[in-house]
Amino acid sequence: MESALIYFLQLVVSGLSVGSIYAIIGIGYVIIYKSTKILNFAHGEIMMIGAYLCMVLISRFHFSFTAAFIVTLLFSALMGIVLERIIFRPMIGQPVFAGVMITLGLSILLRTSTGMVFGYGNEVFPSPFSEEPIVINEIVISHAHMWAILVSCGVVCMLVMFFRYSNIGISMRAAAENQINAFIIGINVKRMFSLTWLIAAVTGSLAGVLLSNVHVMNTNLSMVAIKAFPAIVLGGLDSMGGALLGGLVIGVVENLVGGYLEVYIGGIKEISVYILLFVILIIKPYGFFGTEEIEKV
Amino acid sequence: MVVRSRTFVETYQEDIALFRTIWTKFWFALLLIVILLTPFIGDRYSIYILNISGICIIGAIGLNILIGYTGQISIGHAAFIAIGAYTTAIVGNWIPLPSLCLILLSGLIAGITGVIIGIPCLRLRGLYLAMATMSFGVIVEYILFHWIGLTNGPMGLGIPPLSIMGFQLDNHTRFYYFILALVIILALGAKNLTRMKIGRAFVAIRDRDIAASIIGVNLTYYKVLAFGVSSFYAGICGSLLAYSMTHVNPEYFNLFLSVEFIGMIIVGGLGSIAGSILGALFMTIVPESLKFFLGFIRDSFGLTGFEFTDQVRVAIYGALIILFLIFEPGGLFAIWQRIKKFFKMWPFSY
Repeated sequence: MESALIYFLQLVVSGLSVGSIYAIIGIGYVIIYKSTKILNFAHGEIMMIGAYLCMVLISRFHFSFTAAFIVTLLFSALMGIVLERIIFRPMIGQPVFAGVMITLGLSILLRTSTGMVFGYGNEVFPSPFSEEPIVINEIVISHAHMWAILVSCGVVCMLVMFFRYSNIGISMRAAAENQINAFIIGINVKRMFSLTWLIAAVTGSLAGVLLSNVHVMNTNLSMVAIKAFPAIVLGGLDSMGGALLGGLVIGVVENLVGGYLEVYIGGIKEISVYILLFVILIIKPYGFFGTEEIEKV
Repeated sequence: MVVRSRTFVETYQEDIALFRTIWTKFWFALLLIVILLTPFIGDRYSIYILNISGICIIGAIGLNILIGYTGQISIGHAAFIAIGAYTTAIVGNWIPLPSLCLILLSGLIAGITGVIIGIPCLRLRGLYLAMATMSFGVIVEYILFHWIGLTNGPMGLGIPPLSIMGFQLDNHTRFYYFILALVIILALGAKNLTRMKIGRAFVAIRDRDIAASIIGVNLTYYKVLAFGVSSFYAGICGSLLAYSMTHVNPEYFNLFLSVEFIGMIIVGGLGSIAGSILGALFMTIVPESLKFFLGFIRDSFGLTGFEFTDQVRVAIYGALIILFLIFEPGGLFAIWQRIKKFFKMWPFSY
């Protein structure tokens, strides 16, 4: 193959793998947004805490990766429930601003506490995947990236199925749709909210573990979650399939911009996603699959 | 004998007057005297902290006009502060303008940027606006880091010394009076802005923008105006910050700074100028006193291992935002009014 084409395809493939991580982060935002209309700015920190916990369990307490991974998921499930109970339940029915602000406050609180507990230095996650890259038709992809794509797509599909077909998933959607009506037909609305935060926190720390395999570990890890904003806005804030598609698109765009424009404008790769977010918000704020908010007077 | 049971207002002018009774005037005069005399009591460090909190008051008032009065959520306010600070640095190093002109220019440039950002943001509300302003903040931060020809990148820029009409404001006490004057002017300006037609239009937009537009409030004009005024205050705040730090650095103008300012107005009270002042004072003075107090405890008991770092301060900010939003959404201003009401009615409960 031509080297220019290979370069292009290589950028697309690594973009897809980064994008699939954005997608799974985005799913966390979407689940919470759908049920509580809160955009959880602290999701990145929940993700980062998962990644740090997993790393510490492996490197300091010598857990095997599987055991550390399971403990991390259990811990984040607990964290999701506790956060919901003490912080977010009083926020139900409050104005949008209060929801945004309380998550922002939580995000800086969690980020600094993580730094204080685990330190601020750069660390490397003890990756369970082999270092040997996979080569398909001269296009190189690492095991970690491959796993990121597979796991993300799998989790997103599972969640979509869960919300569409399982009883609990349908109850959760009902509770999100109309709390009083859901309560009347016998759904435990409070438990559904707990479950929502639980699922979001678990997907968050899953994303954190996947991300830390391909990203250096420091307290800026949580900023990666903000890059998932353009993904969910592009797909529509309340659409899970949209989050997957949006994540992949954003990952590819970011990588292509980095690959072709970084030499001319330094730092453009980092900020391209934010520029894209700004543009999407102004041109098409409800994204491709999002429900347009119709204001009733 | 005529016994006045309470203050009755007879005209609208009396109703919206700044100082409604002679006693209010008296208390404000007393407060002003105390504030004027403060530099003679405090040491250099506490005056420095008061200066910083005065600068924060200006920024917080501006942000409160945008968030508290107009209801437009902005998480990118640090960008406007950065624009103010960098205008002072770049223009000040380039042309020797008088400092007052430079401060005003920083405010104006930040204000114009605010208008430019406000126009595309007109369609957005709530969460979407929050995300748009946040991405603007991040974009500005990256530009500060990477446009090395203009901003000198991560190295930052020095600031020319501050002098007003040939009078050098080189120590903290002189700077204190200068900031005090600016705070009084800008706070009165904001107070007047919010009690005239413009302020009522802002509140109408916050409460229900569709209803506001039905009764004849020009949404485009007032939303953009709110962005402009708020950014103007942010620009002045940034310029003064630059003068007080004598050096600007892009690291300082990150998302944390925006959240800090939002924290101030939440703790102080949304939609009130007095609230912004209380919040800014509270959020700058409380962490410092806590730092002093914890340091005192540590030294007197010989404890080691706990350092009151900047991170601890940020964590306290986060915790305060959460606690106030859950337990006291009206902020310190609501608490203050409750106390006032209690003593007014005392000993009766209503």
